[in-house]
Amino acid sequence: MVKVIYFGRLSDVTGVDEEVLDLPDGVETAGALRNWLDLRFEAGGALLEPTVRIAINSEICFDSTSLDQAIEIALMPPVGGG
Amino acid sequence: MIRVSDAVIDASNALREFERGVGEAGAIVSFTGQVRPVSAAGDVSSLTLQAYSPMTERGIERALHQAQEKWPLAGAHILHRTGEMQAGETIVFVATASKHRRAAFEAADFLMDYLKTEAVFWKKETTDQGEAWIEPRQDDYQDAARWQEEKVD
Repeated sequence: MVKVIYFGRLSDVTGVDEEVLDLPDGVETAGALRNWLDLRFEAGGALLEPTVRIAINSEICFDSTSLDQAIEIALMPPVGGG
Repeated sequence: MIRVSDAVIDASNALREFERGVGEAGAIVSFTGQVRPVSAAGDVSSLTLQAYSPMTERGIERALHQAQEKWPLAGAHILHRTGEMQAGETIVFVATASKHRRAAFEAADFLMDYLKTEAVFWKKETTDQGEAWIEPRQDDYQDAARWQEEKVD
């Protein structure tokens, strides 16, 4: 089980701020998760934009990063400043 | 001292507390940022800020560390709101202290530029025209870039 958080405008796309998920087989990297979520929410590529960064356990990662150790995953659109 | 929270910021109290903490530093500068009642989109009824702890705090700590390396600071406080705010409420309070004014002014300016562009916050504005997520303005990026140019020189 992994907690996934959708920040900023992404929560408008997903309809939820966060959720706890069982990841399906084959979703083993951040990039695979991004693709799977985009299809699942019918987001039309909104989660695939390169400006949307992914953090695993609050550390920014690459799409190739493994989700092995992931407890919390955040999908982060460009930050808006304070 | 860095604090990111939903708690209301009383800038006058925050300044007094900062002044007490830095003793006879010589020069103290403070900046208070408030929710503007009118934006490009219309009349603002509320502003909602999301942070991602501890990533947000870690980023601010790094910026503060850079400021401390760049200027001889006797102290610095950064208070930042999250959650929903109404027009006129304080979003951010930054105070810096140094022996001389220039360092205190520049360090506060540098920290605010960081907070306005790179800090990990997402901002939603609700106006009479509806809701919209706000990204930094071009001016904000240009302000933040000033410090990069200085580094290259």
